[in-house]
Amino acid sequence: GNISTAVKHCLSYDTLLRDYPWLPRLPWEEKCFDQPKIPHFVKIVEVGPRDGLQNEKEIVQTEVKIQFIDMLSQTGLSVIEATSFVSSKWVAQMADHTEVLKGIKRSPGVRYPVLTPNFQGFQAAIAAGATEVAVFGSASETFSRMNINCSIEESLQRFEKVISAAKQEGIPVRGYVSCALGCPYEGQVKPSQVTKVAKRLYELGCYEVSLGDTIGVGTAGSMAKMLSDVLTGMPVSALAVHCHDTYGQALANILIALQLLSVCLRLLSADVLWGLGGSADVKGGALGGFNSSVARAVELL
Amino acid sequence: MGNISTAVKHCLSYDTLLRDYPWLPRLPWEEKCFDQPKIPHFVKIVEVGPRDGLQNEKEIVQTEVKIQFIDMLSQTGLSVIEATSFVSSKWVAQMADHTEVLKGIKRSPGVRYPVLTPNFQGFQAAIAAGATEVAVFGSASETFSRMNINCSIEESLQRFEKVISAAKQEGIPVRGYVSCALGCPYEGQVKPSQVTKVAKRLYELGCYEVSLGDTIGVGTAGSMAKMLSDVLTGMPVSALAVHCHDTYGQALANILIALQMGVSVVDSSVAGLGGCPYAKGASGNVSTEDVLYMLHGLGIETGVDLFKVMEAGEFICQVLNKTTNSKVTRATKTP
Repeated sequence: GNISTAVKHCLSYDTLLRDYPWLPRLPWEEKCFDQPKIPHFVKIVEVGPRDGLQNEKEIVQTEVKIQFIDMLSQTGLSVIEATSFVSSKWVAQMADHTEVLKGIKRSPGVRYPVLTPNFQGFQAAIAAGATEVAVFGSASETFSRMNINCSIEESLQRFEKVISAAKQEGIPVRGYVSCALGCPYEGQVKPSQVTKVAKRLYELGCYEVSLGDTIGVGTAGSMAKMLSDVLTGMPVSALAVHCHDTYGQALANILIALQLLSVCLRLLSADVLWGLGGSADVKGGALGGFNSSVARAVELL
Repeated sequence: MGNISTAVKHCLSYDTLLRDYPWLPRLPWEEKCFDQPKIPHFVKIVEVGPRDGLQNEKEIVQTEVKIQFIDMLSQTGLSVIEATSFVSSKWVAQMADHTEVLKGIKRSPGVRYPVLTPNFQGFQAAIAAGATEVAVFGSASETFSRMNINCSIEESLQRFEKVISAAKQEGIPVRGYVSCALGCPYEGQVKPSQVTKVAKRLYELGCYEVSLGDTIGVGTAGSMAKMLSDVLTGMPVSALAVHCHDTYGQALANILIALQMGVSVVDSSVAGLGGCPYAKGASGNVSTEDVLYMLHGLGIETGVDLFKVMEAGEFICQVLNKTTNSKVTRATKTP
């Protein structure tokens, strides 16, 4: 009965773990080659009918687009980006946006977001029966000017108008950030720039922000760096990745994104366990961060 | 102060706890939130285009062109270039000129030129032609072994034992391959334990390295991880390589996960030469250019010049009158 607890802990690792359940298990206990954990479920956002067809030269007939989307609605996909309410002088392929949106057979449990680059497009989308919309920002200033004829800041102000109106209608808004891993004009794009734009879209009211490797130049290395930065400013649950396979890197980039996003989810879980087991009066190194970690975890729960 | 128990001191000061129990791993949030799994600093690329690549191309390439192709690859920084295969020409017509090719290439210092030797006869011919490194090809699938080299896995290993012993006597290093590591065109799923068994045998027989091949490209990051976990219980990671096919577009993701598990040798084929003989029209080998792009993007050193590899790839594609399978080359060369 007189053996101090510290001695008991030295003598028995099991006792130590029992008394300090928050201690992570020692590395050699775990299977030597544990792979990085990945999410149990991944939501696929199917962009073929919009982003896909938009970049195909041949104009596809409205009936065919509708048939295509109806087929996709039967696959189990829960989100299918149907069309874009952009002016037909900019994107001829999407000229039939209203007919497409009105013509598709909406499956229960499937969402059909549509692009709305500005307030005008948003109004047309609502009139056509849209129940979810998306806005497209850019991490690169030059790409913004070349692509949508305005600065990043101006575009965000346009989107603010769309997002406010959408909020009033109870319409969820998804945000996109182009050039997240490189720009055809500027070349490299700083991760902090991506974070800045993604965070603004999220704070304006986008429920999710999709980070796009628009020209497919990203690698697992640059994806990891960019996501690490974005994750300091946004919750993991609100992020998506939109990888292009131009350089054959897409699947590897997606894999590393899955691993990183899962790491964040696990660390937050550890925070919650810590919060339940520890003492608020204890001082010291790592424990000092305890309260804010728990607060963050609780906020997310 | 002297009477405060150690446990209390530990509660009050994490630094004291760590000092007294240095074996305790650091708590998760101390580390940078998003530390990715460690990958090797350096990866050796084993270029298999001239052998595995050309072997699976229908058009017979002239000997002089093969030599020129290998000579171009020798200038890229690649340290291992699989030059040819000493297999009977009635099996593989493309490799009929193995002796002329091996004798004709300009060997760069610091570059190794392994050649395939499926049996003792082939080994002898290879040595006579000046081979300084050879490779043997086993299979994790019994049916694939019988269909491909007309014998059981055990019989093939006995053949290889003869080759490896002879090679040891000549001081010639031997590389081993295990086909169907992630799936077989005949048997379907292949048990990781079966891959481990064959890989381990090759290693114990004397192969300095064993390359695990996803012969039909059906593997995924998931099955690659399971298979490697098993193989790593029987072999050191430093003796392993992965040979991924891109038939289902999974090669780079599979390679990435292998790197995360410590593998630092990757087989690839310039321009993604060599389609899949089991899936008509489908791609086969992963292209060296796309692999290099990923590795360099991860900050991994390879010593290889991507642009020079692209040039060699363009050269051979011109000869074969085909489009490169490398997305990096296609993206870069698009007008």
